[in-house]
Amino acid sequence: MKKKILPRLTKLMSLSSAALLAGCTWDTLDPKGVIGAQEKSLILTSTYAMLLVVIPVCILTLLFAWQYRQSNTSAEYLPKWSHSNKIEVVIWAVPSLIILFLAVLTYQTCHSLDPYKPLEAEANVKPIHVDVVALDWKWLFIYPDEGIATVNQMAMPVNTPVDFRITSDSVMNSFFIPQLGTMIYAMAGMQTQLHLIANEAGDFQGESSNFSGRGFSDMRFRALAMPADQYSAWVEKVKASSEQLDSASYPKLAAPSEANPVEYFSHVDAGLFDDIVAKYNNGMVMDKSTGKMLHVQQSAMSDMNMKE
Amino acid sequence: MLGKLTLSAIPYDVPILVGTFIGAAIAGLAVVGLITYYGKWGYLWREWLTSVDHKRIGVMYIVVALVALFRGFADAIMMRSQLALAYAGNPGYLPPHHYDQIFSAHGTIMIFFMAMAFMQGLMNIVVPLQIGARDVAFPFVNTLSFWMTTISFLLVNVSLFIGEFSQCGWLAYPPLSEQQFSPGVGVDYYIWAVQLSGVGTLLTGVNFFATIVKMRAPGMTYMRMPVFTWTIFCTTVLIMVAFPILTVAMGLLGLDRYLGMHFFTNDGGGNQMLYLSVIWGWGHPEVYILVLPAFGAFSEITQTFSRKPLFGYKTMVYATASIMVLSLVVWVHHFFTMGAGPNVNAFFGIMTMVIAVPTGVKIFNWLFTMYKGRIEFHATMYWVIGFMITFSIGGMTGVMLAIPASDFVLHNSLFVIAHFHNVIIGGVYFGYVAAMNFWFPKAFGFKLNEAWGKRAFWCWFIGFYVAFMPLYVLGFEGMTRRMNHYDNPEWHPWLLIAEVGAVLIACGIVCQLTQLYVSIRDRNLAENRDLTGDPWNARTLEWSTSSPPPFYNFAILPEVHELDAFAHDKEAGIDTRQAGGNYQPIHMPKNTACGFLIGAFSFVLGFGAIWYIWWLAAVGLIGVIATVIARSSDNDVDYYVPVSEVVRIEQEHTHNLMAAQAAE
Repeated sequence: MKKKILPRLTKLMSLSSAALLAGCTWDTLDPKGVIGAQEKSLILTSTYAMLLVVIPVCILTLLFAWQYRQSNTSAEYLPKWSHSNKIEVVIWAVPSLIILFLAVLTYQTCHSLDPYKPLEAEANVKPIHVDVVALDWKWLFIYPDEGIATVNQMAMPVNTPVDFRITSDSVMNSFFIPQLGTMIYAMAGMQTQLHLIANEAGDFQGESSNFSGRGFSDMRFRALAMPADQYSAWVEKVKASSEQLDSASYPKLAAPSEANPVEYFSHVDAGLFDDIVAKYNNGMVMDKSTGKMLHVQQSAMSDMNMKE
Repeated sequence: MLGKLTLSAIPYDVPILVGTFIGAAIAGLAVVGLITYYGKWGYLWREWLTSVDHKRIGVMYIVVALVALFRGFADAIMMRSQLALAYAGNPGYLPPHHYDQIFSAHGTIMIFFMAMAFMQGLMNIVVPLQIGARDVAFPFVNTLSFWMTTISFLLVNVSLFIGEFSQCGWLAYPPLSEQQFSPGVGVDYYIWAVQLSGVGTLLTGVNFFATIVKMRAPGMTYMRMPVFTWTIFCTTVLIMVAFPILTVAMGLLGLDRYLGMHFFTNDGGGNQMLYLSVIWGWGHPEVYILVLPAFGAFSEITQTFSRKPLFGYKTMVYATASIMVLSLVVWVHHFFTMGAGPNVNAFFGIMTMVIAVPTGVKIFNWLFTMYKGRIEFHATMYWVIGFMITFSIGGMTGVMLAIPASDFVLHNSLFVIAHFHNVIIGGVYFGYVAAMNFWFPKAFGFKLNEAWGKRAFWCWFIGFYVAFMPLYVLGFEGMTRRMNHYDNPEWHPWLLIAEVGAVLIACGIVCQLTQLYVSIRDRNLAENRDLTGDPWNARTLEWSTSSPPPFYNFAILPEVHELDAFAHDKEAGIDTRQAGGNYQPIHMPKNTACGFLIGAFSFVLGFGAIWYIWWLAAVGLIGVIATVIARSSDNDVDYYVPVSEVVRIEQEHTHNLMAAQAAE
C-alpha cells in the first residue's frame, strides 16, 4: 500500500512546490497598487498580533496534555483545583489587549481604506472614470470621459487613480481585481463606488467574486495597467472599433452569454450607465457628488428595453 | 392536475443521479426487507417512530444527522473532484447545472440537517438527564420537532430524483433566487425544506428553554447547572431569537416567488440588500447555535478525563452568555463589501472581534482544566486537543475576516471557505463526535470502540488540514468560491492537495462507521458493557442513573447541593439513586403518532406547493390542521408508571451495579 501511495504523494508535492517556485504569485499578497499594498500589510500585522496568543496556546495545549498525562505520576496533581484569580485576570487581559489593538487598527483602516474615499494622486494627475456594469455573464466597462466602452477588458494608466461606479443589469455580482485590492458588490438599481490605483504596469486577473449563476466561472476580465502613452494607444485602438453601443445594440449585449470574448465599442451613448441604474429605480439615479436623486432623461428611458 | 410536475422532471438522463437512485433504492429495500424479515415494524413504530422519550428522539436525530453527513460529504467530495479535474479547458464531469445544485445542497444539508440535527440529538439525549428531569417540558412537541426536521431532509433528497435543487448557494441570495433568474423548482425545494425544518428547530428551542427553566432538579440553581446545559440554554435563547428571522426571510422570498411580490427583486422597489441583512441576522447567531453546545461538550469531556473540575466555571458561564449576546450584533460582517460607510463597518468589525475575547478565555479555561490534572487519553480527549489547536487557528482567520479592510480582499474567496470549515469541522463537528463518543454508553449501555475512534480522529484531523489549508492559499491567490472550472495554473496543485484531504476525510468517515459496527458487534464483551451507568467516573447527574436510563430517567428525583452534583455525591458517599427508597408512581407522557402524522402531512404540503399541485398542498394543509385539532382535543395523553414496575426496573439496575462491583 505505502509503496504505491508514496510516489504519488511525492509527485504531488513536487508539482505544488514547482508551481510555487515558478509562479509564486499569491495575488492578494503580491499587490500592484497602494490599496492592495495597505491591505496586505494590514493582513500581516493583524496575523502577527494574533499569533502572539495563538502560538502559545497551541504549544501549551500539547505541553499540558503531555505533562499531565495519566502515566506521568511524577507531575503534580491537584484534583480539586479549579480557580485562580491571577490566571483569570491574565486570560481575560491578554486577548482583550490584542483585540483592543486590532480594534484601533480596524477603525483607522476602515476610514483610510474606505472604498468610497477618492485617492490622492500626484500633482497634475487627473483620475480616470470607469463605469462598470455586471451583466450575465460578462463585465461592461464604460469610459464616460472617452465615450468608449469595452467588455471583459479594461485598461488604466499606472499611478493614476481610477474612480469606479459599479452597478448590475442582472443579479448581484462582486467586482474584484485581487492584485489591486478591495472588491465591491455590483447590484441592480444601485451604484457602488470604488477607488483603486495601479502603481505598476501589468496584466491583472479580474473576476466576479459573488456567485451569479450558470456562466459565473467564466465571468472574468483582464485589467491592464500601462504607462500613459500606451494607455492612450489603447484608447485609440478601442476608438478604431467598428462596433458602437447605443440603446438599440445594448439589449443584444445584455442578453445572457457565457465566456464572452473581449469586445470594443468606439462609441457609447452618454447616460447609458445612468439609464441602467434608473430602470430599476423608477427612472431615478443618484448624483454621486450631491447625493440627490435625479430623473434621467425620459427619452433615453423609453428606448431602453426593459427586462420585465 | 400535477402542476409543474411532468415526466421530464425525472433526471433519468443524468448517469450520476440514476446511479445514486439505484444505490439509494437498493439500500432502502434492504432496510425495509430486513425490518420485515425480523418482524420489527411494530416495534419500530411503537417504540421509536411514535416515541416521546427524549432519549429515543435524540438517537433518531443523530441517525438522521449521520445520514445527512454521508449525503453532504458525497456532495463535498464530488465538488473537490470536479475542481481537481476542471482545469485548463477540461470542463470536468459536472456541468454548472449539476455542480451548482451540489454546492447549494452541500451547505444546506450540512448546516440544517447534519449539524442542527446532531446538535438537537445531543441536547435531547443529555439535557433532561443532566438536570435531573424525567422528560422535556413538552414531550409531544419534541417528537413533532424531530419529524419536521426529518421530513425536510427527505424533501431535499427527493429533489435529487424529482426535479432539481436550488442552484443559488446555501443562502439563496436574491435576485438570483427570484423567479426571473431561477424559474425552476430548485429554490422552492430549498425554501420549503428550510421553512419546515425551521418550525422543528424553533419548537425545540422553546421546548428546551422551558425544560431548563422549569424542570431542573431541586437545588440545581443556575450557577449549579452543568456547563453543557448552560451552553444549550444559551443556544435555545439564540434559536428563539434567530429562527423567526429565518422564517421571515424565507417567507418574504416565498411571497416574491409565489405571489409576484417585490421584497427582494431588482425592480418594483425590491431590495436585495435587505435579504442579506435579514438572512444573516439569522445566519450569524446560527453559527453560535451550533458551536456553543460543542463548547459545552468539550467542557464536560475535558473535566472528566482530566480528573478534576472545570477551571473557572463562572468565567465559562459568563463567556458563554456574552458570546450569546454578542453573536446578535455582528451580522453585517458578512457583507462589508456592500458599500456601507466606514463607521458602520468599523462597528460590526470590532463587535465581531470582541467575540474572540470570551472565546479565547474558553480555550484558556480548557487549557487550565488540563493543567495539574491526570489526563486519560481516551478517544474523546483526542478530539478535544485536536479541537483546541484547530479552533485557535480558525478563530485567528475569523478575526482576519472581521477586519473590514482585510475582508475587502478576502471576502467570498476560498479563504472564507477555509475559515468556516476550520471552525465548523474543527469546532462543531469535532465537538459533536467527541460528544457522541462520550455519551454513547449512556444512550446504549455499551462503549464505542476506542481504537477505531482514534483512527477516525487521525484521519479527520490530518484530512482536515490537507483539505483546507490549501484553500487558505487559494484565497490569497484570488480564487473565489463556487467556481466550476478555471484556467489558472497556480491553483491546480493546491486543488489536487485538497482532493487528497477530502479522501483522507472519507477514510475518517469509514473509520467512524467501522467503529459503530465493531462496537455493536462487541457490545456484550465485559469490557464494553456499562453496568454501572458511570463508565468514565464523570461528574454530572446523567451518569448517576443506569445506562441506558429507564424511560423515566430517575426513580427518585436527585437533590442537588453543589455544582457537579454527582461528583459531590460520590465523594460524600451519598447514594444518589436512593435505591430501595420510597418510590411513588411516576407521571409519564404516552407515545403518540401525531408528531409523525403532522410531519407526513407537512411533507405533502411542501411537495404540493413546490410543484404547484394545489389540491395536494391543500390535502397536506388540511391534514396538518386536522391532526393538530385531534391532538389538542385528546385528553388521554399521559399515564402513571405503577410502583411495582419502578421497583422491578430499579432492582435490576441495583443487581447490575452489584455485579459490576463484584467484577472489580
